[in-house]
Amino acid sequence: MAEFKFPVDASQIMLFARSVGDKNPIYYDKEYANGSEVGGIIAPPTFVQASAQYDPKFPLRPTIGEPWFGSGKEATGLKPKAKDSSAKENKSSDSARMLHAEQQYIYHKPIRPGDELSVTTKRGNSWEKEGRRGGTMSFAETITEFRDSSGDLVVTATSVGVTTGKAVSQD
Amino acid sequence: MALNASTLKIGDIHEEFVAKNLSRTQIVQYAGASGDYMPLHTDELYAREIAGYPGVFAHGMLSMGATGTMLTNWVGDGRLTKYSARFTRQVWPGDDLLAKATVTNIVEENGDTLVELDVVTTNQDGQAVISGTATARIDP
Repeated sequence: MAEFKFPVDASQIMLFARSVGDKNPIYYDKEYANGSEVGGIIAPPTFVQASAQYDPKFPLRPTIGEPWFGSGKEATGLKPKAKDSSAKENKSSDSARMLHAEQQYIYHKPIRPGDELSVTTKRGNSWEKEGRRGGTMSFAETITEFRDSSGDLVVTATSVGVTTGKAVSQD
Repeated sequence: MALNASTLKIGDIHEEFVAKNLSRTQIVQYAGASGDYMPLHTDELYAREIAGYPGVFAHGMLSMGATGTMLTNWVGDGRLTKYSARFTRQVWPGDDLLAKATVTNIVEENGDTLVELDVVTTNQDGQAVISGTATARIDP
């Protein structure tokens, strides 16, 4: 169980909407949004993903001063563990085999600029499956609750991650 | 803006292109905005040499976010009550994505009228990259 705060601001909503190719003015135009049914700027449906920016332990963000598993001079910045093991057998290969399989959101109320959401994460179910394209696949569910300052649920997000035995083949 | 139960029926469809020739730059944009810097999506060298993929591919959540654009354009802003997606196939730079919603049910729940939708997003070869469902509040 982890917990952190996710402060929401207007520019972050605008940048997120742009990145998914959404030009709806409800995400950046205050005047338009104020005159709309929702009465102000709101966040797009998948916006809570951006809470990763505030998750102090988010593993898919470089940590300042520490080696990063993506490329620098070499294809990965991580050193092999032992002399006879390649970088491919390192932690990086686990990360490389980790994919997002499924995502679900339940919306309780709109997210607005100025909200400070409390984020709580807990583990859900986990299971294994023999896959056709990716070898043995291990699935794990994570449930994240986003609450406003009054403690009311705003969004419930359930994510299913999968670790595959090998790179997912393309056929 | 919102949909109206009196004019909506099971089987009604709404579809939109939510990406055309998806650019590597948009994938980078999504990484920056979402904070998901997984190198598989933005780091060609890592994707090929370490992960063993043909190259970088989009975050599943980019496709889900893009598909969400089609949904909110149709059902209106702040109307979704539920949205879920399975990532059935990878999305590559250069892909075109067509997102489609089909009405599967219209129900009354706690005084609200809800439309239930089947959601599927396909690439230029007609292969599903996202398959999911959504529920939205509509006007009675």
